[in-house]
Amino acid sequence: MARAISPRKKIMWTALAWGLGLLIFFPIMWTFLTSFKSEATAISDPPVWFFFDWTIENYSTVLERSNYPLALTNSIIIAVGSTILGILIAVPAAWAMAFVPGKHTKDVLLWMLSTKMLPAVGVLYPLVLLAKWLGVMDSRILLIVVLMLINLPIIVWMLYTYFREIPGEILEAARMDGASMKSEIFYVLTPMALPGIASTILLNIILAWNEAFWTILLTTVDAAPLTKFIASFSAPEGLFYAKLSAASVMAIAPILIMGWFSQKQLVRGLTFGAVK
Amino acid sequence: MGRIQLKQVKKAFGDVVVIPPLDLEIEDGEFVVFVGPSGCGKSTLLRLIAGLEDTTAGTIEIDGKDATGLPPAKRGLAMVFQSYALYPHMSVRKNIAFPMKMAGLDQAEQDKRIKAAAAALNLTDYLDRRPGQLSGGQRQRVAIGRAIVREPAAFLFDEPLSNLDAALRVGMRMEISELHKKLATTMVYVTHDQVEAMTMADKIVVLQAGVIEQVGSPLELYRAPRNKFVAGFIGSPKMNLLDGPEAAKHNVQTIGIRPEHIDISTTEGLWKGTIGVAEHLGSDTFMHIHGIPGCDPLTVRAGGEVSVKHGDTVFLTPQAEHIHKFDKQGLRIA
Repeated sequence: MARAISPRKKIMWTALAWGLGLLIFFPIMWTFLTSFKSEATAISDPPVWFFFDWTIENYSTVLERSNYPLALTNSIIIAVGSTILGILIAVPAAWAMAFVPGKHTKDVLLWMLSTKMLPAVGVLYPLVLLAKWLGVMDSRILLIVVLMLINLPIIVWMLYTYFREIPGEILEAARMDGASMKSEIFYVLTPMALPGIASTILLNIILAWNEAFWTILLTTVDAAPLTKFIASFSAPEGLFYAKLSAASVMAIAPILIMGWFSQKQLVRGLTFGAVK
Repeated sequence: MGRIQLKQVKKAFGDVVVIPPLDLEIEDGEFVVFVGPSGCGKSTLLRLIAGLEDTTAGTIEIDGKDATGLPPAKRGLAMVFQSYALYPHMSVRKNIAFPMKMAGLDQAEQDKRIKAAAAALNLTDYLDRRPGQLSGGQRQRVAIGRAIVREPAAFLFDEPLSNLDAALRVGMRMEISELHKKLATTMVYVTHDQVEAMTMADKIVVLQAGVIEQVGSPLELYRAPRNKFVAGFIGSPKMNLLDGPEAAKHNVQTIGIRPEHIDISTTEGLWKGTIGVAEHLGSDTFMHIHGIPGCDPLTVRAGGEVSVKHGDTVFLTPQAEHIHKFDKQGLRIA
């Protein structure tokens, strides 16, 4: 029997859901509104909501003052590059853990996840020194590798969960049919896990896109992605809220649009294979 | 060719021995059925032959060559799984073509074999569909098609009909039997259903707890079960096994009598009992009789048109020539 919900309760829950949704959305909306205000309006007290002189001056200033196309390109290359590299490494790893688990597979998985609990700043110095020694500071390749390493545990975990949903008999059938391990992964496992892999890719691109700690600290100009681009507008000589907002909107717009169009895949990714 | 020999093959998972060392010969072209209750190791034995599990000890020879260490693909065997194990993202055509693609067969040969297999299995109209768009029976036929095109030395079937409904199961049973007649290739078939075993097999291997209890033709097993386990497992309904005074009359521990080998009368007979449940199947009536010492209830088969009802008193007489005798260890006494 379906659970009975009275209309009053339904309205209440709906209102609550909308309220929460708006609360979460509010900072983004406020940033968006502020980006169209003049600097004076942006800091006015009481705050102005919708009725102000809308201007796109902030955007043109931001574009003039800094190299948005370069930051955008860097962000795309770093996010996509680290994701592809991560997937290439994680697919065989997750395959091994899901289909030929050893005694300590569970421990390895937990250990991998535990590295996510390490405060990033703990490895800042070694990493910077290493990067300097290798001469790769402020390079895209450095960020691709670093972000890949940071997100690899999550990619492996997600793929592992998706792979576990694939019946082992199908892979055994492939083995009986003469597939080598490579063919088995390439022709059977990967196409079957494609929805899961797609969600993993999307989620990981978002994680890499939004990653700020390493991207800000390991870059200066050449490899600086959009996170650094935003940070450069929180200038020490005073806050320019409107310009900062404009820069933020420009930085988050691409990923927001991508997220909007791939909502379905993302929800699947975020529920982490919890429901079959 | 498809001669399979198991020599002292043993399988253990950690400390748990699933299959103690056993020997078995499967002749070329034979239809061999492994049958036994669930957990008896029959599927494990099949997977050992397939190469999907590694043997703990012993050797597996296929056509005289040692295949113990070979990967599944190199053994020249094809397998049909209980869950069909089709590739859901490929069309029926691609599913069937997959093993040939892996073997690197040229396209013309692939097409030829797909066409032949599809025609033989009534799949011609479904070649471009995905497995998800097919019924259970059709899926099973695709799985068989995928096995046929490899032209294997032997087919391995792992409970292939368990997921089908009863009517379809009977149909597929006949199709597989006919396929065997046509291809004359060795088939090794695992099932827990003794009816499948009886109807399809040239040779039945009855397993219990990883041990082969008896190997023989269906009628051999039916007529002369080597022990109480085989006696109870082969035949439907089960053989009645009587301990106590009735067995003592024959100077043995246990006697067995099949439901179809008991004469029933309302006036006179050796044993007297009352009818419990009577199952009317139309062609037959199976009666469960209470009150006979050493076996309660005792099952009796009678003709379809008998009019008996719950609580009636009946007299039973076992046919002397069909009484099976077993000793204390449960072994048959000739």
